[in-house]
Amino acid sequence: MTGRLTRRFSTLAVSSAEQLLYGVSPHPLHCGLGLTIGGGLVYPEVNFTLPPMNIDRQTWTEVLAHYEQMASEILRRAAALATPGIVLEFKLLPAMTEQPEWGAEITALLKRQMRAYHEKHHLPCALRVTPTDMRDQLKPPQLRSGEAWEQLRLSLNLCAEAGADILSIESVGGKEVHDQALMYGDFQGIVFALGVLAPRDMSWLWGQIGDICDQHPGVVPGGDSACGFANTTMQLAHQKMLPEVLAAVVRAMSAVRSLAAFEQCAVGPSKDCAYEGPVLKSITGHPISMEGKSASCAHFSPLGNIAAGMCDLWSNESVQNVRLLSGNAPEVFTELLTYDCRLMNAAAASNGGALQMRDWMTVSDQWLSPQAAVLSPEATMKIATAIVNADTPYHRTVAAGRAAVEVLNHGTEAGKLHLSRKEQQWLMRIDEALDTLPAGEETLIDAMDAQYESFYDKSSYGLHRIAVGA
Amino acid sequence: MVRSEELYDAILNGDAKKAHAVTQATLAAGAVPMDLITGTMVPAMDEVGRLFETEEYFVPELLLAGRAMKSAMELLRPLMATSGEKLSTRVVIGTVKGDMHDIGKNLVASMLEGSGFEVFDLGADVSPDKFVAAVEQHTPQVVCLSALLTVTMPAMKTTIDVLKAAGLRTRVKILIGGAPVTGQYAKEIGADGYSESASGAVSLVRQIVAGA
Repeated sequence: MTGRLTRRFSTLAVSSAEQLLYGVSPHPLHCGLGLTIGGGLVYPEVNFTLPPMNIDRQTWTEVLAHYEQMASEILRRAAALATPGIVLEFKLLPAMTEQPEWGAEITALLKRQMRAYHEKHHLPCALRVTPTDMRDQLKPPQLRSGEAWEQLRLSLNLCAEAGADILSIESVGGKEVHDQALMYGDFQGIVFALGVLAPRDMSWLWGQIGDICDQHPGVVPGGDSACGFANTTMQLAHQKMLPEVLAAVVRAMSAVRSLAAFEQCAVGPSKDCAYEGPVLKSITGHPISMEGKSASCAHFSPLGNIAAGMCDLWSNESVQNVRLLSGNAPEVFTELLTYDCRLMNAAAASNGGALQMRDWMTVSDQWLSPQAAVLSPEATMKIATAIVNADTPYHRTVAAGRAAVEVLNHGTEAGKLHLSRKEQQWLMRIDEALDTLPAGEETLIDAMDAQYESFYDKSSYGLHRIAVGA
Repeated sequence: MVRSEELYDAILNGDAKKAHAVTQATLAAGAVPMDLITGTMVPAMDEVGRLFETEEYFVPELLLAGRAMKSAMELLRPLMATSGEKLSTRVVIGTVKGDMHDIGKNLVASMLEGSGFEVFDLGADVSPDKFVAAVEQHTPQVVCLSALLTVTMPAMKTTIDVLKAAGLRTRVKILIGGAPVTGQYAKEIGADGYSESASGAVSLVRQIVAGA
């Protein structure tokens, strides 16, 4: 890693909940082909993928044809609706990262089409490219070396060369422990994964991504997502496999590991599936992408409206290239997102309209789910404040957890948030678990050895065993 | 057959240490291993399954109960091996080639283990050849294939085709699962079953074993 100057956020970039609005960020991002994100307007971020098909050398021509079609139809629909700007996200499938030149070929194809629309229709646009983090192939995962990392590094480099405007990733460091801890409801293990392991990997990985962006002028380091952690929990809660209150607390705590990208180099927009985005925006002032009701094509969330309240890009997460009545799904979702954004932007154009619209979006969801409760602007500020007031990633993670529990307890005590008996028991259990965590991370690391030592590779996190007697 | 209430409660409460200690004491008092399994442990896990189905338990309670059962089984297995008794149905499980998602697969694997099956977890991004090798090595009765991406679903069919070509298809039942997978797709690719949930997968394996 180069001697990059890192940042440490000890104050908030957004000083009050009233100022935490959609479309506006303290540090707007100029990127791509004439696009400014966070400068006053919300834009669609369209994400798209292949229908069920094999990806190999025999089908490669067909794969390319799908991406040609998806890009041209998305951009055509955006131009027809006079969309003021758009981001396309190309999320590489595993085979496209394993063979880095494949991902780069599609990146170039997409950028060529975007350039043509920009020249002909003056459509401001940017291409976000997100390679697959495949570093968890081995057990335990080798995060800082080996074939998977080399493929990922090459993929990031080649995609940057091929025309990516924004580089992102949904990184997996710490997930190998988090998955296990989550399934057994081991709160200490969850905190260990989110507050000790994940931030260490994030700092290392985003240092690398920052170096790659430095070598490719015009390519910006966007941001990460706690998808593998908090969205996994959200989906398992949806299936009644895990408590919703746990999903809410995990979401709040996950903001700390996602913040590590910004401490290194990220300038936004953070990833659409990072529902921890508002906390990142309030701390860093950088723009965020979010998804909600218009991403129901990809997955369930209890956050459909509230997620839009503070976004700068509004995304559909992912949709397959399948035929619907009005066209193929990616262009249909381009239209859907465009109208969502058009309404938000029209409201923002009237005095106080953005605040009113945001508050409507908030109250429509806020107390119907613990996960929505921790996403309100007030809860966001409370969690963000707790994070910046703490020192280390571990302490910040614990502080974010406590703040989330306070939000949920306050909601139940006020009779606004209704929890089942089982959910209440879990909330108490989490509250107690937060109180029994060790004061320092070294003690926690030692305590976790017996249970998780075989799940993770210490050197991948810069942790090294100290010889007995040393 | 006498039921050990202490062991039953230890499993229900997910208390592995207690389950181990109670089993040790019960064996010392002359209990027969298979009686403990059929009279206490299987009924306890059935009750845990019922509590999970009725949403009284979340997955952690379910898995902790499974862990408690395993801790008791650690003491029983050697005794059963000595006496020639067999319990396990063997299951090979993995996420298919090209797909890195493994939490759903992990959940199914853990729940199967907790239900007393012997599970060989091949991990994620597993090539058809690795499935073939695992079937040859472990001789399972059931193979479970997982996929979360629509673009990796075809790898399920490829895996089944390769097992067929290796002459192993008739030796195993193949179950598939994952968010984009459907029962219809299972039929189309020649799988033997599909479940939309982890607990459903356990029931399906039980049905297959009972019907074998």
